[in-house]
Parts: sequence; C-alpha cells; structure tokens
Amino acid sequence: MGKATEWFRRTFHRMGSPRWFFAGSRGWMLGLYLVGGALIAIGSAWGLGFAPTDRLQGDSYRILYVHVPAAHLAEAVYVAIAIAGAVHLVWRMKMADLAIAAAAPVGMTLTAAALATGYIWGIPTWGTGWVWDARTTSMLVLLFLYFGLIALRQAVPRADRAALAVSVLAIVGVVNIPIIKYSVDWFTTLHQPASIRIGERPSIDPSMLWPLAVNALGYYLFLVGVVIAALRAKIIEREAKADWVRTWVQAR
Amino acid sequence: MTPLRRQRAATVLFVLAGAGVTLAVAMLALEQDINLFYPPEQVVSGEAPIGKRIRAGGMVAAGSVAHDDTGLGVSFVVTDYQGSEFRVDYEGLLPGLFGEGEGVLVAGQLRADGVFEAEEVLAKHDENYMPPEVADMMAATGEQP
Repeated sequence: MGKATEWFRRTFHRMGSPRWFFAGSRGWMLGLYLVGGALIAIGSAWGLGFAPTDRLQGDSYRILYVHVPAAHLAEAVYVAIAIAGAVHLVWRMKMADLAIAAAAPVGMTLTAAALATGYIWGIPTWGTGWVWDARTTSMLVLLFLYFGLIALRQAVPRADRAALAVSVLAIVGVVNIPIIKYSVDWFTTLHQPASIRIGERPSIDPSMLWPLAVNALGYYLFLVGVVIAALRAKIIEREAKADWVRTWVQAR
Repeated sequence: MTPLRRQRAATVLFVLAGAGVTLAVAMLALEQDINLFYPPEQVVSGEAPIGKRIRAGGMVAAGSVAHDDTGLGVSFVVTDYQGSEFRVDYEGLLPGLFGEGEGVLVAGQLRADGVFEAEEVLAKHDENYMPPEVADMMAATGEQP
C-alpha cells in the first residue's frame, strides 16, 4: 500500500474518533476564524467601498458580495452533508452523523441569507422580489431540505435511528444541487445565468470579480471554522458521559 | 471494504441513482411547466396559448419603445435577435432597469392579433457586470457586452 493511501487511511480513522478530533481541532477553528474573518473584512471593504458601480444597476449590485458566497456555500455545505451521510450509512461512523448535525443549521442559515439577499436585490433590479422560476424555487427546496434534516433528527427519539434517517434524507436531497446549479441553463428563468464559469472568461469585470473572490474565500474559511465549532459542541454533548470529556470539563 | 460495507455502499448508490432518475424523468415531463416564460419564437409560432395568462420574455428591440400621450401607456417590441419578435402593450410603471437592448419579462395575455397585452413588466438582468467606463469603451469599439 502506498504512503498516501496509508496516510488517508490513518486520517480517516482518526477523524472517526471524536476525542482525537476535539483535541486537534481548536487550533484549526481559531486559524480559520482569523484568516477567514480577515479576508471577509478586506473583501467586503473592497467590494462595498472601492469596486466601481455597475453600468446598469449602480450600487445595488454590491449585494452580490454577500449573495454569491452565501448561495455557493449553501450548496457546498449540502454536498458535504450528503457525503457525510454516505460515509455514515456505509461505515456507521458517529463523527459523520455529528458533522451533519453541526453543518445543517449553518447551511440553513446560508440558504436563508441567499434567498433574502436575492429578494432584496430583485426589487430594484427585476421589479419584483420573488418569482417562481426554476432557480428560486429549487433554492427554496434546498431551504426546506435543511429544515427536514433538522426536524427529522428531532422527530426520531433514538439517536442511532435518527442518524440513519437523516443520512438517507441527506443523500436523496443531493439530487437538488445539480438542479439549482443548472436550472438557469436548462429552463427559462428570470434569474440570470452564471457570470463565472470554469474554462470561460467571466462576464463580470475583473475590478468587481477580485473583491468577490477574496470575499468568497473568506466566507468559505470562516464558515468551515463555524462548522468545526458547532461540531465540537456536538461532540461534548454526545460524549458527555465519556471519561475524557469529564476530565476536560474539570480542567476548565 | 468488508462485504457488509460494500453492500451498504451499493445500497447508497442505488438510492442515489433511483432518486436521480425519478427526478430527471419528472423534469423532462414537466419541462414546459418549469420554464418560466415563452421565448419570442414560441410566441410567434403559436405555441404560446392565446387569451390565457402567460409570461413571455426576450430582449427589448432598440428604438421600439414608444410612450403614448396619456403618460403611463407604453408599447415596445420584444425580440430574440433571430427573426422572431412581437409587440407588447402595457400601461403602468416600468422597472428601473427596463431599457432598449435589455432583457424583459412580461406577464399578461397574448391577443389573437399577436400583440401581447401585459399586466406586469419585469426587467431581466443578464450575467454581465461592468463599470460604466468599460461599457463606454466597449461601445466605442463596437464590441457587444
């Protein structure tokens, strides 16, 4: 077996250990908060204060500095949750289930933020905040999927059963992600197609794109930090009876 | 992977494939209903129903916007730049981003004579974001945004 495979195997098994993750993740969390927070500060100041106005929308386009990272992350978090769901179903790894429990409220908040900022932007741009087109509707479905992931866990009293049900929902729901992404290409929608596509020149001017890239990276890092923090809280909650948790609590 | 885990992985893939196929079939069947509006080609060809509340969309043809004397009445031509176009009559406020050469979405009824009587006009923003100076430069060199 190659060295890389061996490293992956060991890391995978370690990640499965709540205790190992808890001990090693504090530094990661703080680092992500720091770097992510700094990038968001730079990207937001740049985007809101220094990037030029748009030829048609004027200043109202600037809401994309929140809307685009929030919408993108909302989808990415769901994909990560679906992968964790598959890992949990195949390996019955407790950490994968805890990761879903930690990430779902974060994804839900991001989806709500994307919908809210889209509504606010739509009023001056389209002339309406909401329209039932394929993009907005599939994004609303994503919000309900997040509601479902959270509610289903609370509805099933036994934690291991709840974990299985949530994992299945997570996997089935992931088919909504390609629909969100390609809705603007497959159907006629009021929402415009993507401005940034892999392998093509972005149709957003570089002077507006750079602050967006900085902001998006900042959001990604910061929110991974938030998920880690939530996961640490879930670990303490779930492992409350374990000796190492008691020792940790007493040491504080 | 142990045989048990391999079996579970197969189940996961099976569930995912099942959900994906179900959804793909449903979307193919409902495509016309998921589409938000009729493009000019379908309005002209008669695919869009007459006398029913529908939505249509396209680009506002350059030089076609005409306001009437009473103030709120406006008419314009919606085109796909590929030979299909239809006239829209509308009475009401236009969104701020409405303009010639920009995207538009109209909701209302298509009359038998091919004119679209709109009750609502929305601006459809495209995927281009650029500062005014860049737009001026592109206009000067004759490049389309």
